[in-house]
Amino acid sequence: MNISIDVQERDHQTTITLAGEIDAYTAPKLREAAFPYTEKQHANVVIDLSGVTYMDSTGLGVFVGLFKSLNANEGTLELNGLSDRLKRLFDITGLADIMNINPKAEGGI
Amino acid sequence: MMKPADYIEMKIPAKPEFVGVTRLTLSGIASRMGFSYETIEDLKIATSEAITNAVQHAYKGEEGEVLIGFGMHSDHLEVVVSDNGKSFDFYETKKALGPYNDQSAEFLREGGLGLYLIETLMDEVKVHQNEGITLFMTKYLERERVERDAETIST
Repeated sequence: MNISIDVQERDHQTTITLAGEIDAYTAPKLREAAFPYTEKQHANVVIDLSGVTYMDSTGLGVFVGLFKSLNANEGTLELNGLSDRLKRLFDITGLADIMNINPKAEGGI
Repeated sequence: MMKPADYIEMKIPAKPEFVGVTRLTLSGIASRMGFSYETIEDLKIATSEAITNAVQHAYKGEEGEVLIGFGMHSDHLEVVVSDNGKSFDFYETKKALGPYNDQSAEFLREGGLGLYLIETLMDEVKVHQNEGITLFMTKYLERERVERDAETIST
């Protein structure tokens, strides 16, 4: 019932790897940890969600906030490794058409 | 309203750290009733959204409690989430909500999807508003749902 947030900065790209649950309790922690990386000009933020086991609208709200901040600063946001469950949340809320999201690769080698 | 075969109730402090605790209980109840993995995940989101609403809007910094009831019926689960805080106006809040349409990024809302998700993921949602807000959310067991739909079509 918690979240782990790992941030790596390399070659003008910030990669944030998340694991655990994103809900009313953990969403503010995520926002606080990730937001500073969205405020630089032309920042590229990639978020790996493959370890996220639960998410609800509080998580969607955080990603919308990060997306808006990056857009305002001419940066980009990419959400990777979404499970079918997470992908569905972005689909039914209409966010899948607005944001750059990439589902988890099937199978794997 | 039909009396449930079994009823489980829990009362949590209106604090975000207890939303996950309720999800664990709900998972156990729904799995005992025979709901599929997918439906249990939907139930977890809808119930969390209802509790999150109560925690974030009803008490606004004041101490309070949220009551969660699980009515276990033979063909459906009824989840009741109730606060007695100074509630937000449910219907006014709901009017402003819904999925995102193609909008430029600067105008995207950062919240308010919770009620939309509840209505999308549950089969029936009822609201009772007086001192606080009570949300009644129903989810049918998949096989029963199919039979109910089939009946509607054939008559």
